[in-house]
Amino acid sequence: MSVGGGVVAYPDGGGAGHGHGGAGGGHGDAHAAGAVHFTLRGYITGFVAAVILTAIPFSLVMGRPFGSSGITAAVILAFAAVQIVVHMVYFLHMSPKSEGGWNLLALLFTVMLVVIALSGSLWVMYHLNHNMMPESMQNMHNMP
Amino acid sequence: MSELTSNLMGRLTWDAIPFNEPILLWTFVAVALGGVTILGAITYFRGWGVLWREWITSIDHKKIGIMYIILGLVMLLRGFSDALMLRAQQVLSFGNSVGFLPPHHYDQIFTAHGVIMIFFVAMPLVTGLMNFVVPLQIGARDVAFPFLNNFSFWMTAFGAGLVMMSLFVGEFARTGWLAYPPLSGIAFSPDVGVDYYIWSLQIAGVGTLLSGINLIATIVKMRAPGMTLMKMPVFTWTALCTNILIVAAFPVLTAVLALLSLDRYAGTNFFTNELGGNAMMYVNLIWIWGHPEVYILILPAFGVFSEVVSTFCGKRLFGYASMVYATVVITILSYLVWLHHFFTMGSGSSVNAFFGITTMIISIPTGAKIFNWLFTMYRGRIRFEVPMLWTIGFMITFVIGGMTGVLLAVPPADFALHNSLFLVAHFHNVIIGGVLFGMMAGINYWFPKAFGYKLDPFWGKCSFWLWLSGFWFAFMPLYVLGLMGVTRRLSHFDDPSLRIWFEIAAFGAGLIALGILSLIIQLVVSYRKRESLRDTTGDPWDGRTLEWSTSSPPPAYNFAFTPVVYDNDTWADMKKRGYVRPERGFIPIHMPKNTGAGFVIAALSALGGFALIWHMWLVACVAVATMLIAVIVHTFNYKRDFHIPAGEVVRVEGIRTRMLASHV
Amino acid sequence: MSETTFPIHESFVAPASRAEEAVSPRAAATAEAAPQFYLTHEHHPENGTLFGFWLYLMSDCLVFACLFAVYAVLGHNYAGGPTGAELFELPLVAANTSLLLLSSITYGFAMLEMQRDRLRMTLFWLAVTGLLGAGFIGIELHEFAHLVHEGAGPQRSAFLSSFFTLVGTHGLHVTFGIVWLVTLMVQSAKHGLIPENRRRLMCLSMFWHFLDVVWIGVFTFVYLMGVLP
Repeated sequence: MSVGGGVVAYPDGGGAGHGHGGAGGGHGDAHAAGAVHFTLRGYITGFVAAVILTAIPFSLVMGRPFGSSGITAAVILAFAAVQIVVHMVYFLHMSPKSEGGWNLLALLFTVMLVVIALSGSLWVMYHLNHNMMPESMQNMHNMP
Repeated sequence: MSELTSNLMGRLTWDAIPFNEPILLWTFVAVALGGVTILGAITYFRGWGVLWREWITSIDHKKIGIMYIILGLVMLLRGFSDALMLRAQQVLSFGNSVGFLPPHHYDQIFTAHGVIMIFFVAMPLVTGLMNFVVPLQIGARDVAFPFLNNFSFWMTAFGAGLVMMSLFVGEFARTGWLAYPPLSGIAFSPDVGVDYYIWSLQIAGVGTLLSGINLIATIVKMRAPGMTLMKMPVFTWTALCTNILIVAAFPVLTAVLALLSLDRYAGTNFFTNELGGNAMMYVNLIWIWGHPEVYILILPAFGVFSEVVSTFCGKRLFGYASMVYATVVITILSYLVWLHHFFTMGSGSSVNAFFGITTMIISIPTGAKIFNWLFTMYRGRIRFEVPMLWTIGFMITFVIGGMTGVLLAVPPADFALHNSLFLVAHFHNVIIGGVLFGMMAGINYWFPKAFGYKLDPFWGKCSFWLWLSGFWFAFMPLYVLGLMGVTRRLSHFDDPSLRIWFEIAAFGAGLIALGILSLIIQLVVSYRKRESLRDTTGDPWDGRTLEWSTSSPPPAYNFAFTPVVYDNDTWADMKKRGYVRPERGFIPIHMPKNTGAGFVIAALSALGGFALIWHMWLVACVAVATMLIAVIVHTFNYKRDFHIPAGEVVRVEGIRTRMLASHV
Repeated sequence: MSETTFPIHESFVAPASRAEEAVSPRAAATAEAAPQFYLTHEHHPENGTLFGFWLYLMSDCLVFACLFAVYAVLGHNYAGGPTGAELFELPLVAANTSLLLLSSITYGFAMLEMQRDRLRMTLFWLAVTGLLGAGFIGIELHEFAHLVHEGAGPQRSAFLSSFFTLVGTHGLHVTFGIVWLVTLMVQSAKHGLIPENRRRLMCLSMFWHFLDVVWIGVFTFVYLMGVLP
């Protein structure tokens, strides 16, 4: 099954001018067409997975089989993470081969920064709020 | 009728124009006279057509790079005038004397000084240099997205224009260059100042972000065959990392300023004091942008120094691989230190300790670079050309600034020194000693490539020595004052024993003023003596990288034939191995067309920004809608390129052949 | 001083006899040392549009990350006003989510048709996608209007400011996506599925799917977790 192929991997050199002829840059046409190949199967697989990964969290929260909301929260976050990966692979055709690996590198770098910014902000703000805000966090919820 | 007027004019009235402030009034008169003279001269010499066709609509990275640098240097004059006024005020205003700047005016000046120097001097200079040099260094004809490049420039330029407008219509922010709320919120700054700040930065920020995407795509996709990543020139490496930082950091600035503007325009409560807002979150987010920003400024300067040191010592750069790794490590680590800008805000010892340690760690790769430069110089044949002088000045000056940075990285020390003049001295130390000296080195180094003649060395040396001595006189006293406990951003002092330090600092500022004057003289003198300073070969410094293989200035297409790369220091390698420049066999070259769309869309965004500042809602809506339509219309234009005919290439290369022959 | 007098490397000077060597690659390679330092044919660097657009999406990701961070930090500052649990109607959110997810697959169908060079079917699936997207926006606007009507507008508390901004920014992106989609439909109808239009459709595809990814974060982190006690 084709999981959405990637671009032909170029050697880590600059342009495609090593005499690749048509598979090289062209005026941008032959390249684009041969670049990523989509399949119906890929899209349907992704779609079905996404539907399942959406339906379960919704039913968990709306039905509430788990008593603790901590567990529910952890589970739905995990489902969200998995569904994001599903979208990346099946819809966005993320692969280590697309754009010679640069797409994946850019994504990983961005994810790293998002994690740093989110966790860093939460950690820092938690401490700042705890030390510097007038009331405890509980009361802050209700401060006018 | 008056409702229409208020929809049309918003809160803009005649009161916005500072008729009763003599400094501003006379500045306006001078600017108006100067402006009329320039516009008149262009008209007289029938230059409008040339200006529009050759420069304003140009998508050539070389011309765009030059325009960025011109913008940066012009704004340097404005930003430095602000600095002179601040220095003068601080030396005059002791005890009973209040100086000449009332606080509400002083506050605008230090805010504008910071905003202009960072966003409209340093960023354009850095961006301009990268724009000009990188495609030439990698053997490409232009950047990946030439139209976007033009658009990015005009967004930055119009952002600068908005800041300049605040001088004459309304006022500027009085919050400091980062505009912390609640002071910058609508409750405490209801006037237009913070709005000028927000919109000029948002507009310029879009330009910068797009430029970042452009240069990354260029470096990743358009390197000449054979130029692997580890064969790229070091300046290109630092440019790559800088632009990664830009793409990764500027979205945060965009988001934070948007949230601030929502607080001001829509009554939301992100950073207010009531209804659940938290001003500390602004400080946190803005520094998540702010710290990478300073690395965006310094990394290109490091790249310049690497090129300059290896060229003027006649040797390959020592430790190329470690230079690359150091740059990449700095890029990643720059995201882990931001809290050191607000140790004192109260996050406590565990958080402060973590960020203090990461801040100290990030100084290590920079130290490694300094050693690499020194080892390159060791046993090299050093030529003390002007760029090399700036580099040596940098090494001495920046290292002191870096060390005071490591000192500030210790949280308990920072508790005493935060927001003191010590901090002010530190960051000017690294920005002037690092970024500005780097830009001066780069401008002197690549000027012959851009314009075909070298800059006059005598005035270059004058400028250097005046800047170097001026910097030391201007900022060393500030370290002393900071250690004595003097706070930043004060417009009045009561302790007369401090005055001597401010006097020394003002003297230093005067020397720098002479340094800037020397730069202007250097530009004029060089132009007038250009025949005697002419660079006929394209390689005036015996350079080592590909840009020196082209003529000075390069033809529009940069390279008649795309180079093939075998080794680092590609041009040095080519010269060593018997490269022979081709004189025939030229083929037509595919190039992008010029376009006015970038200028128009940017102008509309500036109009929209101005309208939003003054609450001219109707005008704002029309401007934004027109902008959207202009963008869509532009996308309907599919005919964006053309071919330079082979005959034209033959003609241009023939000129170069004759020039090279005449030089022998 | 040694400033202006450098020895000029011989390679700058090209006497006529050496010019012949420079042209033919084979001649140069077989000659002696000097390798072929340039290509004699036209060089086409790889097109960077898709990669550049991906980089833009990464920057957009960071904008949303900021908005998520603000929501995470301020999302419990109800200021004595309504909470998420009191306001969010999960069935409506489920409907919204379904529309957006469906629109992702219909865009995928459009891409498949584009791959098979079928312009009319491409346009059909694009139109369906646009309609689904418009439906999504419609429901969201209805939700917002309802909240404002109940006194739970963005000015009420920091929680609501962050909610409206995060969800609203996503909605604004979807709206721009729809405008772009309509523009591309017109351009494809006019010029056909030429390479330029294919590239643009690919970019919009990435944009559209990216917005669905962000929505996963929104419905999980804002709505589902907001409703949990």
